[in-house]
Amino acid sequence: MDPWQGFNGGNWQNVVDVRDFIQKNYKPYTGSSGFLTGPSSKTLALWEKVLGLLKSERARGGILDADVSVVSSILSHSPGYIDKDLEIIAGLQTDQPLKRALMPYGGIRMVRNAHEAYGFKTDPGVTAIFTEFRKTHNQGVFDAYTREMRRARKAGIITGLPDTYGRGRIIGDYRRVALYGADFLIKARQTDKFNVEYDVMDEDLIRIREEISEQLNALEALKGMAKSYGFDVSRPARSAVEAVQWTYFAYLGAIKEQNGAAMSLGRVSAFLDIYIERDLANGIITEEEAQELIDQLVLKLRLVRFLRTPEYNELFSGDPAWVTESIGGMSIDGRTLVTKNSYRFLHTLDNLGPAPEPNMTVLWSQQLPEHFKKYCAGLSIRTSSIQYENDDIMRPLWGDDYAIACCVSAMRLGKQMQYFGARANLAKALLYAINGGWDEILNLQVGPKFAPITSEYLDYDEVMERFDNILDWLARLYINTLNIIHYMHDKYYYERLQFALHDTEIHRTMACGIAGLSVVADSLSAIKYARVKPVRNQEGYAVDYEVSGDFPQMGNNDPKVDQIAVDLVVMFERKLRKQRTYRGSEPTLSILTITSNVVYGKKTGNTPDGRKTGEPFAPGANPMHGRDRKGALASLSSVAKLPYDYSRDGISYTFSIIPRALGKQLPEQISNLAGLLGGYFAKNGHHMNANVFDKEILMDAIEHPEKYPQLTIRVSGYAVNFIRLSREQQQDVINRTLHGVIT
Amino acid sequence: MNTAGFIHSVETFGTVDGPGTRYVVFLQGCPLRCKFCHNRDTWNRAQGKKVTVRELLLEFNEYQEFYRRTGGGMTASGGEPLMQAGFVSELFHGVKNSGLNTALDTSGYASEREIDSLLEVTDLVLLGLKAVDSQEHKELTGVSNEKIMAFIRHLREVQKPVWLRYVLLPGINDDFNHADRLADFVRSFTNIERLELLGYHKLGAAKWELCGDEDPLKHISPPDQNQVELFRRRLNDLGIKKIY
Ligand code: SF4
Repeated sequence: MDPWQGFNGGNWQNVVDVRDFIQKNYKPYTGSSGFLTGPSSKTLALWEKVLGLLKSERARGGILDADVSVVSSILSHSPGYIDKDLEIIAGLQTDQPLKRALMPYGGIRMVRNAHEAYGFKTDPGVTAIFTEFRKTHNQGVFDAYTREMRRARKAGIITGLPDTYGRGRIIGDYRRVALYGADFLIKARQTDKFNVEYDVMDEDLIRIREEISEQLNALEALKGMAKSYGFDVSRPARSAVEAVQWTYFAYLGAIKEQNGAAMSLGRVSAFLDIYIERDLANGIITEEEAQELIDQLVLKLRLVRFLRTPEYNELFSGDPAWVTESIGGMSIDGRTLVTKNSYRFLHTLDNLGPAPEPNMTVLWSQQLPEHFKKYCAGLSIRTSSIQYENDDIMRPLWGDDYAIACCVSAMRLGKQMQYFGARANLAKALLYAINGGWDEILNLQVGPKFAPITSEYLDYDEVMERFDNILDWLARLYINTLNIIHYMHDKYYYERLQFALHDTEIHRTMACGIAGLSVVADSLSAIKYARVKPVRNQEGYAVDYEVSGDFPQMGNNDPKVDQIAVDLVVMFERKLRKQRTYRGSEPTLSILTITSNVVYGKKTGNTPDGRKTGEPFAPGANPMHGRDRKGALASLSSVAKLPYDYSRDGISYTFSIIPRALGKQLPEQISNLAGLLGGYFAKNGHHMNANVFDKEILMDAIEHPEKYPQLTIRVSGYAVNFIRLSREQQQDVINRTLHGVIT
Repeated sequence: MNTAGFIHSVETFGTVDGPGTRYVVFLQGCPLRCKFCHNRDTWNRAQGKKVTVRELLLEFNEYQEFYRRTGGGMTASGGEPLMQAGFVSELFHGVKNSGLNTALDTSGYASEREIDSLLEVTDLVLLGLKAVDSQEHKELTGVSNEKIMAFIRHLREVQKPVWLRYVLLPGINDDFNHADRLADFVRSFTNIERLELLGYHKLGAAKWELCGDEDPLKHISPPDQNQVELFRRRLNDLGIKKIY
């Protein structure tokens, strides 16, 4: 059988071009959710088993099992099943469900610490190999770090750096395996390899030739892995079930080798819909079976696990993998990319119940079908499991075949990647500006030493001048640090399969980030519009601040302070742009903290906005909680002003509301939430997490976690199982601006 | 546009005071002294913040995108908006010019004659009825309800849509006797589109203390869901269907 039979032809048949295939073949869907079906009995039985496994996992302190001796690779494990007869889509990361793979290439220390923390012992042989014979990414990075970098890392002015594990945020175009089969891809890549032979064999050329060889090995290995499960992915998928299976295998290959911070899936739903439509038309499958396929794929995605240390969980808790799937959006030609399969993916939240993974991301456009908008809003109200991102501001930049990696990072699929750079703590940088580079927590000179500000009251211009200098220093140090990390990652922990599923020529970005934006904006506003008197210790360093008078605060749509935040973003992004980056990558910026806002707060002293040492920052680009006094729209209008053009790696905003404050009855609640989303994105807001829950339920869940195994909430860019958050983070979620009208 | 009014605060995402999402202006000053007042801090007009119509409309315009999408608009609440009817009427004029909805959240205690021009630019009246019985009204609010009844009759004459709001106070006005009289009342007004039953809540209690007073309903707790449900069913049996 010709696997492409019945498809409209095009350039995609000659070269790897999945977008072209989608555009020529997909069927936009503007109807309602009426066609959706419930879970099949097989799916339900399988999910029942998974729920049991998840329960044991929780009971064992968060890790069910861990492999301590087999170094994970595409081919390392024999096939694993939950229950072979019930599984429509096959494949597990290791030979057992929820057994965590051993991935030491990012760093053996992280593996050993994690094993130890959860009562496992790393095989001494493995430890020996990765300390004595095979260098890891982590070792490479620390070999090259300067003293200054180590200090900055320790102080937490730059933190969350991917220097002890996989960097992630790279999305292979997993669809390629389904559409073309591995052999077609191998052949195309071999041709590319012939073409990269120039006169001078310089470092770049040598590296790319070695990388291509690695990619070819990975594709061969992928064929072997599929074969062990009884499938032949050397050829294209011939049916919907194969298309789902092939795509999943490609993703599975990636997560068998890479424990990246975010291992996102991409944008597969419209692509797979084409296969489903073909099979439906030919009477090969029914709607029930189509839903079953997607339910079972999603079920597998809910089982993705990586071995992490408790410290990592303190930063990003809830065991996230960021299996982000981007859904919806519009085509350049004006047709919606919503298909029936967009519904089927989202519908898994009803069929299997809410869950944090996969990270369902709806690409929102004003032009999305009204039915779909309402459907999503209703689902958000029921499950709090969806995040929304503004397709109308991303599409002009990234086209109509981009996907979100992690939380808010857009990239053209198979054509673009990023070097993940976590974030710099701007609130701490402001304190350095006031104290001449002295760290208020470590009691140590971390930044460049210059005389601290000595005036009785802080003067805005003086503070800004020094802040500007500190940010120059920080931008340089930050990029230099990232250059080392990514050089070493490419060298010691190269993502061979994911890059095999990219074009050979790739656009690279250096994805920097900032934390503490609203703390700094409010602090500067206090200095500018009120009077701020530093309280100094014996050595003359400011350790606290007395504020007299009112000052504009972010979250009230007041241009006086919102403009400070905007200027700050532009200023820092420009400083990043001036730096020389590894492999000519383009520096970008995100305003995103995930749950690390809590840890950042812990590591940062008193700030001039009145925030006390240890208090959490607001997550992402959110205003500080309790400071917005005019309700939700004023709050999100402040955030919508932050310019995406200067923060192209994303601007995260988390919106939480109690159901009652959204309207009296469900139809109004749906319409009001859809209106809120539409309005926010019309104002050029970039991203919104929508949480709808009752405070009482969250409080009860803290006390009785066993009652809420699937309670999901969204925290700055990802969804998380509430009961798996640390107590501190749970409290932070509850304290955070929970919009509720009390009048 | 330069007319000034006294406000307590604004809420940009009001969802329970009229259709859609709304910009709710809480006006400062109220002639009533309801024992169950949840906005005790809005009584004294002099404590308000002075703003002009222009300032408020400019701010309102920032959020039009949101209100338009949901069929919403602006709600004047309080306090008692009728105490500043001229100001509110100018405000509503501006809102109507942008084609959005206007709602007046009032006790109906009208003391000025500017009300007609205000009603002309008002799409909906949210009428908080404190008690059907005049004596009881006086007990609860410090004033009798004649003026209010006149206002309601006037609304019927001009066929102005009304959402009637009734606060359920356990042990005070939540028995069947009250339900029956309320039903009679509602039936006699064809312009009442909805009846909203609001359970008394304690969220305003702190405001009494902040104002240096003792909460007069200290001994009363919010009604439980069953009580509200019984009351609702009784009304339903008496032919009142649109209860929210
Ligand atoms: S009418 Fe409203 S604001 Fe005035 S006293 Fe009564 S409840 Fe309070």
